Formats: sequence, C-alpha cells, structure tokens
Amino acid sequence: MRSKLAEWQLALPLGLAFAALFLAPLLLLVGVSFYNDEKITQLGVGSWSGFFGDAFNYKVIVDTLLLGLKTICTTVVIGYPLALVYMDLSPRLQKVLIFVIVMPLLLSVVVRTFAWIVVLGREGVVNSVLLGLGIISEPLKLLQTELGLVISLTQIEMPLMLLPLISVMSRVDPNLRDASAALGASRWRTLFTVILPLSMPGLVAGCLLVFASSTTAFISQTVIGGVRLIYLPLVIWQQALVVYHWPLAAVASLSLMISVMTVIAALSWIGRRSGGYVNG
Amino acid sequence: MQEALKTKAARALDVEDLTVRYGASLAVDKVSLAIEPGEVVALLGPSGCGKTTLLRVIAGFVRQAAGRVRVDGTPIDHLPANQRNIGIVFQNYALFPHMTVTENVAYGLRARGVHGPDVMARVNRFLETVQLSGFRDRLPRQLSGGQQQRVALARALAVEPSILLLDEPFAALDRNLRLDMQIEVKRLQRTLGLTTILVTHDQDEAMSVADRIAVMNKGTVEQFDTPVAIYDRPRTLFVNGFIGSTNLLGGRIVSVSGGTASVALDAGATLQLPSSGLAAGTPVLMSVRPEQLTLSAIPGPAQWKVEPGLSLPIGSQLVHEARTADGVSLKIVEPRLTTPAPAGRLHCGLSADARPSLFPRST
Repeated sequence: MRSKLAEWQLALPLGLAFAALFLAPLLLLVGVSFYNDEKITQLGVGSWSGFFGDAFNYKVIVDTLLLGLKTICTTVVIGYPLALVYMDLSPRLQKVLIFVIVMPLLLSVVVRTFAWIVVLGREGVVNSVLLGLGIISEPLKLLQTELGLVISLTQIEMPLMLLPLISVMSRVDPNLRDASAALGASRWRTLFTVILPLSMPGLVAGCLLVFASSTTAFISQTVIGGVRLIYLPLVIWQQALVVYHWPLAAVASLSLMISVMTVIAALSWIGRRSGGYVNG
Repeated sequence: MQEALKTKAARALDVEDLTVRYGASLAVDKVSLAIEPGEVVALLGPSGCGKTTLLRVIAGFVRQAAGRVRVDGTPIDHLPANQRNIGIVFQNYALFPHMTVTENVAYGLRARGVHGPDVMARVNRFLETVQLSGFRDRLPRQLSGGQQQRVALARALAVEPSILLLDEPFAALDRNLRLDMQIEVKRLQRTLGLTTILVTHDQDEAMSVADRIAVMNKGTVEQFDTPVAIYDRPRTLFVNGFIGSTNLLGGRIVSVSGGTASVALDAGATLQLPSSGLAAGTPVLMSVRPEQLTLSAIPGPAQWKVEPGLSLPIGSQLVHEARTADGVSLKIVEPRLTTPAPAGRLHCGLSADARPSLFPRST
C-alpha cells in the first residue's frame, strides 16, 4: 500500500503540469467557443452555427484532412522502401542513414521551409534543372500549389515516418526472411505476408505522426502554400490574430482537433488490429 | 501412416572446396564433405569455426567465394534459397509470430502454389507426426519451447525438402526436453530417410544424433568420421581436446622400430606405442582418456609415479585427480563401486585396452 502510493506520487509533477498546461487551456478553449461575439460577453452557440453554416469551412476541413492523407501516401511510398533498404545496410551505413534521417529534426521548421522556397521557386533549383535539360520550356509553378506543399511536407515529415518504422522493423527477427525463403516464398511474398504485417505497428505509428504533424503544419502550409491555399491552421490564425474573433478561432481549433483525432482514432484502430505480433 | 510420409528417395549432398569470405577473413576455408543419402551429419565446433556459415551456404542464404554444393550430383549454387527445396530449422525456430500453428505449417505449401483441401490434409498429417494436433489454432507465443520446435520441424518437413538442415536446434531447450527432442528428431529422420545436417557446439548432441561428425575449427574440417572413430582415434590435437576430456603427457620418441615407437614420458616412464608415422627424436604429446588410466599400489613397468589429489564421485564413476613428477595434473576415471580408495596407489599406467594417441609437440 505504501509503495503503491509512492509510485503514484511520482507521476504527480507530470500530472499537474499536464493539467495546468494542457487540460486547462483546452477547457478554456471549449468555454470560449460557446460565446457569440468577439468581445466574449454573450453566451451561445452562434460561433458554432456560424462556422458550420459556411460551406467554405467544410471545404477547408476536407482540404486539411486530404493534405494529411496525401502526405501520408508520399511518406509511405518513399519511406517504406527506404526502411527496407536500411535493414540491409551494414551497421556503419545504418548510422550514416539514421543521421541523414534525423538531421532535418535538428533544424528549425522555418529554416527547412524557406529552403524549399529556394528549391521550388520560379528561379529555383528544380526549375533551373528542368529548363536547362530542356524538359520544360517555361518554369513550373510549384510554390503556392498543393503539389509543392506536399513535396516539401514529405521531406519535412519523413523522420516521423521513418523513425517508428525502423524501430519496429529492426525488432523483426531477420531469420524470418530466411525461413520464408527456405520454404519457397519469393521476395515479394515474403514482403507482403511476413515483413509488412510485422512492421504494421511501426507503419501505423508513422502514419499517425505524419498525419497529425502535416495537418497542423502552419508554417509550411502558409509559407509554401501561400494565402490562396487555405487550411484550418490558417483560418485559426486569421480569426485569432487578424480578425480577433476568439470564439470563432476556438471553434475552428476544436474542429481541427476533432477531425484530426477522428482520423487518428481510425488509424490506430487499424494498428491495434494488426499490432502486437512483434516479439511474439 | 509413417510410410506414407516417405515420398522421395534420400539425396546425397556434396560440398566441394567451399570457401566463404567475410571481408578479409576466411569464414570457411576449402571445406569438402561427401554426405551419403539418408545420413545425419553433425557439424561440430566452437563458435566462430564456420559451421553455421557452411549451413547458410547450403541453404542459399550466403554466397560462397569459391567451391560447389551438389545435391545428387547436380550443382545448386546458382539457385536462390527459395528454389533449393532445402528445409531448415533455426536455433530460435523463426516461426512467423503473426500466424497460427496451422498457418505456419501451411506457409511453405501455399508458397509453392498448393491450394485447397490438399494443404489442410498435409498440415494435419505433419501436425500429427509431431504430436501437435491439439494446438493448430495457437499462436507461436502461446506454445512452449519444445512445442515451438516441433512446429518448426513440421513446417520444414511439410514441403518435403530434399535435405534437412538443423541450426543448433536443441540449444534453447532445457536438458531433459533436449534428450526427448533429439530422440524425436532422430526418429522422424529415420522414418523419412532424410539426409540431415545438424550444426552444434555440443559434443554429446553430435555423438548421440549423428552418423558422422565433421569437427570444424577456424573454417576448416579437422576430421570427418564416425563418432566412435573421432573419440578413439582423433586425428589432430584440436579434435582430441574438443571431443571428450583427455590427459596430455609430454615426452619424446626415443626409437622407432616396425611401427612401434618407444616413448619416454617426462613423467618418468617409457611406453611402447604405435608410432603414427612420427620419427625418432620427435617431441610428442601423448593423449589418453581418463578412463584409460589406472592407479596401482605396486610399481610396474611402463608406470610412473603420481601424487594423488582429490577424488570426486560423479554418478556411477569416481574421478581422481593426480599430479605427475613433472607437474601435469591428470584426471583418472574408475567405476565407483569396484575400486578401492586411491590412498597408497601411487603408480599410474595405461589400462589394458587404452588407445593413447601421439601428436607432435610444437616447441
């Protein structure tokens, strides 16, 4: 009993910090959303009905979730083969690759985003190369398009996909691949019936992180996407700091949170169904 | 039903001048083994001797730098692992953790394009053979070590491989279970008539399961022979030391006549032994098993004085420790019930049926 209490008490500082810095602001946000006016004097559901009465906001929500799903697709398509390659490298090359993967995390998102402007701009690296090779005759418009945004988010979010994926994959017994081959399975069969199911927990964790991070990537979305591509974080910023309509900003924030969490819940449900076999 | 399992004739396996390099180091150095159809061969040696590498080359997981592997005379070196039809059981069994016992055993059949009721019939037959019919819907983590191993065995056998490879298959089992599984594997192997290679570092396991043992050291095969021949006539000092326990006595060949050498031991006796092709004047080491030494109270010819030490009863035997005049510690084993205490028995000699071996001593 005594020791139980002591263990429980160890979690207190974190619990208090969590309550003060996360739970309280969240409740405050919910509270603010139930005011009608920007002066926060008049209780009511006006902000909610106003926000959801506007068809434009539905489009913004859908666009935001789609942006997350597109980024998931590109990070999986590039990241999963990269993780497979990582497994076959010598320990020394693995260290080099991990460094390359983690390095972007050590740089500020702002720096990485501005670097992408240099790469994707009218006079940027991509256009200069393509023009120089004669593949295109006039510069492609990549900045302020969703294509350019997804390209840069793919690079920016890649560590979040690769780190959980690699950590789960390296716990998969390498003998399983040999066992599968010895039983007559081709490499593709081994990939789809053994490696993929066993790396599912890492894949799902990576997707969750990439989705949560790319749907809320305010800096990349606004700097690369510009003001014509509108996602929920931009709407929140406009309502909170340009229009100063905090109840509407709160409604937009909660909409972002709820819609993102719904997708995440769905993804982790898939993850739980497929998970739990590693180290079985 | 056991007869029904036996579908193919056993295959011969030939390994010819096989060499494997890992970077600059030689993992396997020009190894040749001719394995008869239906034979069980143990690759025995300390860790790092190349035995597992050799097994992985045969399975097709590792490419050799030189040499060939043939099954029934046909080279298989160009074939990837999934086309060799060689079954393997790993030390950690490597069962697919997300599949049930049935799915694990059916995996190889499905990979070969077998579908429908045939698969289930074969799976059931092999699960019966390894006595696991009641566990077909369990996941591997819900099974004990011995059960997991039987699943691994059934999985490897279900595809009717031409050769069966066992990579330290008993190492993870506790002592009693290990003996049961050794008997079980041997029984299955006999029934199926399957050519089998077993990798192990456990000499007792090699002795009890294998028809022939290849003792490996530093990438080469030091001796490839029957267990009895390896025990009684070790060809090198390494084999001699690795198999069983032994006593080494220093000496010198005084003279040789007609294949018999007169050996003067440093311990103080002159023995007449088969010369093993060694010339007079050669410094030698005489190896003799503990059970081939005797102690007696009366000095005799070809005996040397020892100073008795501890005596330990080990099972049905009594192990004596004794020290020679030149400071070598000897182990002598005698039956416990029939022999008197060693006190007063100060003279050590070879027993009548002793088969000592002579090796040149590098100075």
